[in-house]
Amino acid sequence: MSEIELPGARESWHDFLAKAVHNRSFTIGAIITGFVLLMALLSFVWTPFDVTEMDIPGKLKWPNSQHWLGTDHFGRDVFSMLMVGARNSIAVAIVAVSIGMAIGVPLGAAAAASKGIFSDVIMRANDFIFAFPSLLLAILFTAIFGPSAINAMIAIGIFNIPVFARLAHGGSLALWQREFIFSARTSGKGPVRITIEHILPNLMNIMIVQGTIQFSLGILIEAGLSYLGLGTQPPDPSWGKMLSEAQTMMGFAPYLAIFPGLAIVITVLGLNLLGDGLRDIFDPKLRRKR
Amino acid sequence: MLTTLFFLRRTGFAAITLLIASVVIFGITQVLPGDPAELILGINAQEDTLAALREQMGLNAPVWQQYMHWIGGIITGDFGKSYTYSVPVSELIGARLWISLPLAIMSLLLSTAIAIPVGVLAASRHNKATDVSIMGATQLGIAIPNFWFAMLLVMIFAIKLRWVPAGGFAGWENGIFNGFKSLLLPAIALALPQASILARIMRSALLDVLAEDYMRTARAKGLPRSMVLWRHGVRNAFIPVLTIMGLQFSFLIAGTIIIENIFYLPGLGRLIFQAITQRDLIVLQGLVLLLVGLVIFINLLVDIAYSIVDPRIKGAFHE
Repeated sequence: MSEIELPGARESWHDFLAKAVHNRSFTIGAIITGFVLLMALLSFVWTPFDVTEMDIPGKLKWPNSQHWLGTDHFGRDVFSMLMVGARNSIAVAIVAVSIGMAIGVPLGAAAAASKGIFSDVIMRANDFIFAFPSLLLAILFTAIFGPSAINAMIAIGIFNIPVFARLAHGGSLALWQREFIFSARTSGKGPVRITIEHILPNLMNIMIVQGTIQFSLGILIEAGLSYLGLGTQPPDPSWGKMLSEAQTMMGFAPYLAIFPGLAIVITVLGLNLLGDGLRDIFDPKLRRKR
Repeated sequence: MLTTLFFLRRTGFAAITLLIASVVIFGITQVLPGDPAELILGINAQEDTLAALREQMGLNAPVWQQYMHWIGGIITGDFGKSYTYSVPVSELIGARLWISLPLAIMSLLLSTAIAIPVGVLAASRHNKATDVSIMGATQLGIAIPNFWFAMLLVMIFAIKLRWVPAGGFAGWENGIFNGFKSLLLPAIALALPQASILARIMRSALLDVLAEDYMRTARAKGLPRSMVLWRHGVRNAFIPVLTIMGLQFSFLIAGTIIIENIFYLPGLGRLIFQAITQRDLIVLQGLVLLLVGLVIFINLLVDIAYSIVDPRIKGAFHE
């Protein structure tokens, strides 16, 4: 991650917006992500149909003017289920990223501020979690502690911790070499105060970029877990579960397998574009390469 | 001298990681509800028969003794006996390895074969239409969940065109070609996101190298463009690509769990899933340890290969 250039001073909101509107990745990503978030929020107050309402005579209808994306084998409206599913996916991913950041960033920054055994132990523990394939451990975790959305959040969150800890560690180490940290030290500030006042605020940008990437990974892993029946539980709709139900009906109702997958692809694509755009905006030097 | 030291430190770290992993895996599976003795004898078993079996299986011993017994067995190649199948775990794993391993290797080869040329092409056409469209395509490739891609492949090639079976495994004994055919769609599904990531890494690593002075020198001394690109460029850009390939192997292993379930392939991934649902702890522990060990080993190999290619890395291990 040595390529990430740490900014010396934080940008003002105005500067940020001025650059953001000219960045194609950011603009497209923000529009897609905004749309998905809007749909998810809207689902709290309105969906075209009730997602738990079954309508057996109206089951397995192909997309039509009434049911925009068709109905499933219980006659539930697919579009409404996708809206509520968005809410569940996003909730899992947001909590998982928050767990990773809330624990990982302080650990990484602390390891950078204090050299010696403490720092070694933290970073080795990180390497250790990193050695586990994340999806495998998420599967194991949810299988042991019971399949549920909450456990999926924790399982994905645990594996976000070393990602943020590593990034915070590397970023902090680079910052500690800078003159403005040196002058803060000569003015008598201790390592804790320097970390809180100078290091953490300057790590914000790279954390936001990484957060967006982990967010999209979280959506993918949640979908995988739900597909295996280890994530969000019935009757709550989730994209992964809709796909696993659609699998047996692919021969006669392929649309059931197509729309939830498209929802995942659009959401993940939007977040990745947003992350790429943010990286370009925060660090213009990288732009020529990406 | 430095190389040996690096090698020892790195191997030592891998060994310790594996040891801790075994404790964590053993500990975590102890939390799983369910009594192995009851699992074997059924819910109608008599209490005294259950107690006798528990004693015989060593389930009454303190947890640390059970751990020592388990890990001691593994060191000598004995993974224990499956609760549900009543056969040695190593036998179960051995039989399924012949599906998962070819699958993993096929998808790794496939993704590398796609990613390297595509990444090189994008870098050599930097910022031109080819580059921009390749980058767009890889963005899409990363966003597509492999299990959904697998479903689309089944819909098109198995249900509609009927070129390949929709699932199940024909078995190697019915001809290599048939076995190969059953693994083709799963391998493609696994390879797509990997190839997208790898192509991006290849491109940006090559762009880094192309900006180096020695590349200009190579051109200046009159070497043809393609030779400069492949001999000097791609070769030097390979280090980050190698690292990512090592990391991807662990994604591949996790990916097989879902993909094997979609295609009803009786591989290691499906075995893990069955072991979880059937509460077959001994299979679960052995299998997870094996997979984690494999990932640790691959990462070790990558780091060592890395230090041979680039001597600067030896001093800075994991900084």
